[in-house]
Amino acid sequence: MRTRTRTGGLVALAATAALALSACGGSDDGGGSTEGSSASAGGEKITIGIKFDQPGLGFKEGDTYTGFDTDVARYVAEKLGYSEDQIEWKEAPSAQRETLLSTDQVDMIFATYSITDKRKETVAFAGPYFVAGQDLLVAEDNTDIKGPEDLEGKNLCSVTGSTSAQRIKDEYAAGVQLLEQPGYAECVTALLSGQVDAVTTDDIILAGLAAQPANKGKVKVVGAPFSTELYGVGIPQSSDKCEDINAAITEMIDDGSWEEAITSATEGTGYTPNASENPPTPDACA
Amino acid sequence: MGDYLSQFLRLFESYDVLGAFWVNIQLTFWAAILALVVGTVLALMRISPIPSLQWAGATYVTLFRNTPLTIIMVFLTLGVWGQLKIQLADDFPSNFFRFAVLGLAVYHAAFVCEAIRSGVNTVPIGQAEAARAIGLSFLPAARIVILPQAFRGSVAPLGNVLIALIKNSTVAAAAGVATETSSLMKTMIEFDSDVIIAIFLTFAIGYVILVIPVGLATTALSRRLAVKR
Repeated sequence: MRTRTRTGGLVALAATAALALSACGGSDDGGGSTEGSSASAGGEKITIGIKFDQPGLGFKEGDTYTGFDTDVARYVAEKLGYSEDQIEWKEAPSAQRETLLSTDQVDMIFATYSITDKRKETVAFAGPYFVAGQDLLVAEDNTDIKGPEDLEGKNLCSVTGSTSAQRIKDEYAAGVQLLEQPGYAECVTALLSGQVDAVTTDDIILAGLAAQPANKGKVKVVGAPFSTELYGVGIPQSSDKCEDINAAITEMIDDGSWEEAITSATEGTGYTPNASENPPTPDACA
Repeated sequence: MGDYLSQFLRLFESYDVLGAFWVNIQLTFWAAILALVVGTVLALMRISPIPSLQWAGATYVTLFRNTPLTIIMVFLTLGVWGQLKIQLADDFPSNFFRFAVLGLAVYHAAFVCEAIRSGVNTVPIGQAEAARAIGLSFLPAARIVILPQAFRGSVAPLGNVLIALIKNSTVAAAAGVATETSSLMKTMIEFDSDVIIAIFLTFAIGYVILVIPVGLATTALSRRLAVKR
């Protein structure tokens, strides 16, 4: 009797596992089935990974997606032959971007994805389509923080898993107090309550936060970027789309829609991208 | 295999992996002590003959057992520290460390209370009646007769709570403790995404090493300490 119940349990377990596996397989098929499609895509879909929680860059509001990253993604997708309703958006949190690409769950990633040599070992990049720089977000009425050197003895917030705050402590102001939070929204909450004096990360992310209706007029970007981050389009190493994506980015910059996308994403914050680096020229494809 | 070995070496050279685990051990240690004290008081309240205390204990347990730990942590940092501006220390690292210990302790106290109450249930009612019969009032009876036997009966469930606490100590990241393991793992994935399997194994194996001895020890202890009836 005892063994019989055990076998029964095993069978049930195997059945559940099979179900779960087939469910995974199903979603995979929906995602990565656009291989080999170039300019004429027909009725196929393209899966694009973006951030869902970064206002001004990749932000999900109900069932619409807004932000600079999504605008560039739409433009590039259109040039690759996909209309807006052929785009399948997928959330690509920072820690999962390489996995999503190397397992072909997404075709492209536009998610504040900095081009680095380490990442090039597992994924490929097209672009860059934007050059961001580390900057500071402070309260609107703050006048004494003009750059990272002014943070001596101040409180600074950043998100876990980035070294942007540590860089300030190591290179600019050793006496700064660091708070690390899971997300930028928590940092802005702490900034608004006055418990931290500044939030640090890439300037365009800060501008997007400042442009949110709830924060408008309460915070501002200092506007003195002190690093360069090249935002690229993450693609699987097997992808053949790199050249086409670069051509689309160049076209977007040339016809003015690139400028337009930045302006609309950061409206009302007075933010302008670092002019000596922007707009960038896409690198040659590997 | 040698390839993996070099990946692990690279991770251990560029990051303070052991230091991060040490932070989690410290969080667990202080939170466990605090949770044990608060949990014991709660258990006493719940088995006391005073209805208002019983109600208060039961309410605490229901409230904290059913609140996600992350929410408690975020409430402590953004609510208590951010809005109410209450500080537990002047410098940020110890301030948030203490908030994290506090959050872990109030949450796990609810589970400790229930583990001890399950131990109380192993003590036959005759013991309480006998204690009353020789003239002990509630507190002395609990202290001398009931709780010593109850603790010996609740070693195994308390061990389960401790194991959960060790693993939950990673939620301290939500309270701004950035030196602990889950934050370090995020940093590693951000900057060394090419060795993601080695990163995963580092932390998975690390927690197995931490948790398995606790499980073995509490199982052995519960066998040895249980009151033979």
